[in-house]
Amino acid sequence: MPRVHVYDAVIVGAGGAGLRAALESSKRCKTAVVSKLYPTRSHTGAAQGGMCAALANVEDDSWEWHAFDTVKGGDFLVDQDAADIMCKEAVDSVLELERMGLPFNRTPEGRIDQRRFGGHTRNHGEAAVKRACYAADRTGHMILQTLFQQCNKQGVEFYNEFFVLDLIVVDGICGGIIAYEIATGELHVFRAKSVLFATGGFGKMFKITSNAHTLTGDGPGVVYRKGLPLEDMEFFQFHPTGLYRLGILLSEAARGEGGILRNSDGERFMERYAPTIKDLAPRDMVSRAEFFEIKEGRGCGPNQDYILLDLTDVDPEVVEKKLPDITEFARTYLDVDPLEEGVPITPTAHYAMGGIPTNVQAEVLRNHAGDIVPGFYAAGECACVSVHGANRLGTNSLLDIVVFGRRGGLYMSEYAVDNELPDVPNDVHQATEQWLGAITGGDGTESTAAIRSELQEEMWDKASVVRTEESLSGALNTIDRLRARYANARVKDPSKVFNTELIEHVELGYLLDMAEALVISARARTESRGGHYREDHQMREDDHWMKHTFIYKTPEGETKLGYKGVTLGRYEPVERKY
Amino acid sequence: MQVELRVLRFNPETDKEPHFEDYTVEADPMDRLLDLLHQVKWHHDGSLALRRSCAHGICGSDAMVINGVNALACKVLVKDLKQPITVEPIRGLPLVKDLVVDMEPFFAGYRAVKPWLITDERDHGPDRERIQSPQERERFDDTTKCILCAACTTSCPIFWSDQEYVGPAAIVNAHRFIFDSRDAGAGERLEILSSKNGAFKCRTAFNCTTACPRGIKVTKAIQEVKQAALYQNF
Repeated sequence: MPRVHVYDAVIVGAGGAGLRAALESSKRCKTAVVSKLYPTRSHTGAAQGGMCAALANVEDDSWEWHAFDTVKGGDFLVDQDAADIMCKEAVDSVLELERMGLPFNRTPEGRIDQRRFGGHTRNHGEAAVKRACYAADRTGHMILQTLFQQCNKQGVEFYNEFFVLDLIVVDGICGGIIAYEIATGELHVFRAKSVLFATGGFGKMFKITSNAHTLTGDGPGVVYRKGLPLEDMEFFQFHPTGLYRLGILLSEAARGEGGILRNSDGERFMERYAPTIKDLAPRDMVSRAEFFEIKEGRGCGPNQDYILLDLTDVDPEVVEKKLPDITEFARTYLDVDPLEEGVPITPTAHYAMGGIPTNVQAEVLRNHAGDIVPGFYAAGECACVSVHGANRLGTNSLLDIVVFGRRGGLYMSEYAVDNELPDVPNDVHQATEQWLGAITGGDGTESTAAIRSELQEEMWDKASVVRTEESLSGALNTIDRLRARYANARVKDPSKVFNTELIEHVELGYLLDMAEALVISARARTESRGGHYREDHQMREDDHWMKHTFIYKTPEGETKLGYKGVTLGRYEPVERKY
Repeated sequence: MQVELRVLRFNPETDKEPHFEDYTVEADPMDRLLDLLHQVKWHHDGSLALRRSCAHGICGSDAMVINGVNALACKVLVKDLKQPITVEPIRGLPLVKDLVVDMEPFFAGYRAVKPWLITDERDHGPDRERIQSPQERERFDDTTKCILCAACTTSCPIFWSDQEYVGPAAIVNAHRFIFDSRDAGAGERLEILSSKNGAFKCRTAFNCTTACPRGIKVTKAIQEVKQAALYQNF
């Protein structure tokens, strides 16, 4: 029998969004945080460059300009009410982090310092603006550490190294989760009045990614299997500066501080693609520019397959002081010193704009009409509010997790205080138990590792920076074949203790689901917008496609699509030029 | 190139004692040790247990004893390692399985030094940030880099023999606040660190400084904490 716990609120995931939610929720009701990793291992810690807020500490700024940039950067697929909330609350969110102790870099006057970042501009696109608050190139690390410190101070209850396997929904109402304790192999039922998913992204479906090994879409995977929709899955961000072959992120702050991208002719090619803000254009545009430079034979190196990030004209003290970690990454992993020579880079799969659909109170939607699942919330990268639309601006992910993590924690705890604990059948864990029995029993003929690496190759080749009907159909065929093989894979390790073979097996199942949802959503969208670029449909088609994709999976395994209109506001769609 | 690996294995459900197993894997000199351990796990023996996540030295999951020295498996490259490469779990914490140890005692030591900002609530208005000069910010910059990987604490000979000692990582995290101009909790932290399990157990072996994958001057930070406790100069 599983162990049963009863809480008011349960948060799944302990990155920035989960920890921020926990600080809010645990003030009001009995809250537990259930996380696959120790909180400080979460990938929030790998975020580098900054968190934007219109503090105007260095240059004139306003939250409305920030909202405009967010909407335009997202290629007008952003829900503008959500962007307004995020950009307005950004200012207080940064100040609140400072009060919690976050060690921001400072101006000579002792205020929080700010620097430039891609797509963030003064007065609706006039010029780049200094809006990103930062702590060297370790802003995410500082946010994660600071929130963890505050959780310890507040005595938040953690269940570390517990892996979520199911969401409990009874008569349409959320009643808790089922999780697997990695240290013992035991199942645990967490009954709760409200649940918030903050499980992060799923970049591990791609061969080259900045994402951690553990970012496998666990939360969205559980949701998808429940027959609940995922939103805007075709929109995945490819960051323009991943270390060659490794995909390790080199912050956009490198370009914010003056770094330049060059092709094999030594040309600053972004001048051709974005004449006004050049290397600081939004990430989707820069990644596409790199893709075409390489495709047209202007890539660098013996195989002409990378671009150079040139920091040699930046003051060496700025590089060492404000970009110390990425400088070290280049030295450690490529044996290249950025002070001396260009750093080989390519696009790297970085961030899911899509995910579990929510409204601005972080309530999860159960359909594209906007109805909710009472008691169920999501925040951070696993969610889609949508504040990022078709392409997220740099720094807006750290902002998203803090703003919507707080809102999620607030609304889930208010809901928990006002509602009764739902009844849950005694055998609620049985399906999960049978599933684990099935994947660990008998002889498998297939290898999890082989299926995973084929998936990653295929998604990189056919569903990344540039897509066509043909490439996406090919990817879908491959996913179907891999799914059939996956059904014949078994976990060979019978151990109850730290059976990470079992964890990786389950994670691969989630990744296959995420890949399927991405490819089907992408094939249906016959236009190009933000991070979704169709070589066979190169224009943005506002007449048909100003809408969010919702993908569902039926119990029979069929997928179906639905669409929900974009919430417009002050800003009418215009052609995106920089 | 072919690389020889010797990995300490222990399955608590079947083994009485840990033992080494040898593996030969194909590798590039620029591969991380973590890539090799993945090869073992994915192509030789799926039961090998290890923790890892980001794979580039930021999350702090994969501290191990590599050729006798504490390091992160994702931050050590094959070209810099003598063969056969021996890999063991970090020392001084209870062994769970293979390369996985129980991290709870480590985090208990961390929490003991109150690693969070302690402030006088009256000293700031609600609507702006506190002022801190770049020089004041620089004073504790080095110790803000800690990723709690435990490489320092589990390389410390004092900690090996006495696990009541809070250990280098906890002192580093105390340092991060004691020398932060915004913090008002130095007194209570230094009282904890002046007790018998605090900073004065350090005998400056410098193992911690060598082990730190973030390049933090750990021993120096510990000495600064000792001085602050003795002379109240922070």
